[in-house]
Amino acid sequence: MDQPASPTPTGPHLRFENVSRSFAGVVAVAATDCAIAQGSFVALVGASGSGKSTLLKMVNRLGDPDQGRVIFEGRDVRDAPPAALRRRLGYVFQGVGLFPHMTVAENIGIGPRLAGKRASAERIAELLELVELEPEYAVRMPHELSGGQRQRIGVARALAGNPHLLLMDEPFGALDPVTRDGLGKRVRLLHERLGLTTIMVTHDMAEALLLADRVLVMDGGRIVADEPPQALLAGAGGDIAQGLVAVPREQAAALARLDAAR
Amino acid sequence: MSDILTHLAGMGDKLSAHVLLAAAALALGIITALPLAVWASRSPPVSRIALGFASLVQTIPALALLALFFPVLLSLRSVFGEGLPTLGFLPALLALALYALLPILRNAVTAREHMAGGVLEAADGVGMTRWQKLRLVEAPLAAPYIMAGIRTAAVWTIGAATLSTTIGQPSLGDPIFAGLQTQNWALVLAGCIASAGLAMVADALLGAVERGFARRKRWLVWSGIALALAGVAAAGIAQRPTTGDTIVIGAKNFSEQYILARLIGQRLESAGYSVEYRDGLGSAVVHQALTSGGIDISVDYTGTLWTNQLGRSDNPGREAMYDELVRWERESTGTLVLGQLGFENAYALAMREDRAAALGIETLGDLARAAPRLTIGGDVEFFERPEWIAVRSAYGLDFDRQRNFTSTFLYDALTGGEADVISAYTSDGRVAADRLRIIEDTKGAFPSYDALVLISPDAAKDARLVAALEPLVGAISVEAMREANLSVDRLEDKRSPAQAARTLADKIGF
Repeated sequence: MDQPASPTPTGPHLRFENVSRSFAGVVAVAATDCAIAQGSFVALVGASGSGKSTLLKMVNRLGDPDQGRVIFEGRDVRDAPPAALRRRLGYVFQGVGLFPHMTVAENIGIGPRLAGKRASAERIAELLELVELEPEYAVRMPHELSGGQRQRIGVARALAGNPHLLLMDEPFGALDPVTRDGLGKRVRLLHERLGLTTIMVTHDMAEALLLADRVLVMDGGRIVADEPPQALLAGAGGDIAQGLVAVPREQAAALARLDAAR
Repeated sequence: MSDILTHLAGMGDKLSAHVLLAAAALALGIITALPLAVWASRSPPVSRIALGFASLVQTIPALALLALFFPVLLSLRSVFGEGLPTLGFLPALLALALYALLPILRNAVTAREHMAGGVLEAADGVGMTRWQKLRLVEAPLAAPYIMAGIRTAAVWTIGAATLSTTIGQPSLGDPIFAGLQTQNWALVLAGCIASAGLAMVADALLGAVERGFARRKRWLVWSGIALALAGVAAAGIAQRPTTGDTIVIGAKNFSEQYILARLIGQRLESAGYSVEYRDGLGSAVVHQALTSGGIDISVDYTGTLWTNQLGRSDNPGREAMYDELVRWERESTGTLVLGQLGFENAYALAMREDRAAALGIETLGDLARAAPRLTIGGDVEFFERPEWIAVRSAYGLDFDRQRNFTSTFLYDALTGGEADVISAYTSDGRVAADRLRIIEDTKGAFPSYDALVLISPDAAKDARLVAALEPLVGAISVEAMREANLSVDRLEDKRSPAQAARTLADKIGF
């Protein structure tokens, strides 16, 4: 695994410069600027249609901006063919997106295979170990796995190419709460252990507050709040951000009252 | 039962020709449909147009689609030259491949439409190029569905290939059509059993391939493909390549034509030629096939050529018509009219003797008076033919109803009361056997129909061939022909056309 020299966040690793994108006249992302430092774990939070997934997909060019540009490691992402760019990035999909006709090992090894370097059995085992699965899982088919196991394979696949940047699009949305909590913590640990820069799209503010060290709140295609979790909990970020923070806070308070009333 | 087995055993040639035709058509269908499906999956307008076209083709009856390729290929000769075959393998291949297109295309497009969006996005997201995405994700996921489409196409193609007999391509349709014409049901059944059996075997093998794709068992995929290819290869080996000096004799779709083709073929075989038959050709197709070199020899009738080829509706009399025909064929098509065989197979209208007597009908003029209360039955082409139109207007014939029957069933329709009057042929043995009355054509509105031997421009250069056939000129009386026809057409003690031809040869002293 690549280990960066310094675990502390440094200069901008990824930068959105005045990016916009509309679909059939409806603005999805509006003139947005944002810089993301190396090593940071950024959560993109917002309601459905707020533009968070559209913004994320500009990075790996699943949807290019109509205007503006995205700079990754000092270069415009559009300088290279999309396939080559994507092989350098880790991407974890909403709804997993494992290839149903390939074994676990083939799914994990697909990125290296596309790049012409087949992953060895040892490498597959190592990646499985990263997501805490036994090497025996290599020969299973995706339909034989539970939802949580499948998403762990999805994470292992995203990490197979030693990416510096991990993009996650609502990665835990389809999982049950227990699995979701465990996998979130595991990803956070991997983020630190591998020195990744991670951007996670989620609609769940509690998940964002617990995992990320920077939370971007989007609404109507714009970033309306950009705060660390502690600041959001302390009331910063404006009405929309506070509206999203209020939900888990009220749930926590209600749980505390229930607990006290025992 | 033993009849059917005997017929089946003698069907190896037709079977192998059928296998090769169906396999080639299926292969052409696949290699056309798959790239089209890829294109369609990337462009909704292409998808709509391709599927619309394939569905439209599917609505054309297979028999018509096969026949339509004859004029299409004929017109394409201006582009590809005179060597382009217009009958036989090529038009059959093209028509059947078009027919195979729809199920393959539709299944491939549907499979692609129903592919989970997440999986396709994942393919892009992990960094696949378009080609890698097609090869590693789209193709393997669509394979079982495409295979199901290929299976359907294979069964359709094998079934429809029996119809290629009508455009001169040997197939398992040969025994079916020949059996139908001569009411030899054992032969029809044998052809159907062979064709259905072939379809079932192909379906089973391709089904194994489909299951192999669905369950991701490569050995199953490869063994299915290997067995199917082995079958095609065996058919290829069994089909001896026909040598250039094989003489091809064409026959229209009735017994007299089958018998005369065999009579000519047997004479040529004893003269040392190898002979092939193209049976069951349509009346218009035969003449085109002869002049374009698709067949070498045919038997036709003066009246037929007069109206269909020369487009004439006048009736200058028997000898003048013959002389004019010989001259016209020589000058416009280069075809040699060897001569008249000696009998006439004229169109005539016939009734049951007892019914005609009861109604007092002897002449077509008598018939015209009774016609508004009667039903006339004709063979499938009769009511479209200029002869009928000429006779109808000459006598003012206006029947209550007109019905089409295949010529096999025409006489049964008359005896069974389905029709009061039928279009009959004067050389048909059933006219005498069924006690029919030929209604007299007092105005000479039907032209004469002397049977002629025609030889294609190329074959006419072979003096030895012409010499071998010359004794046939003037040798066959209408009585001899009727007897031979009846021996094939009757229901008991049936003869095959080849047997009838040998008997006829004995009778006329060869």
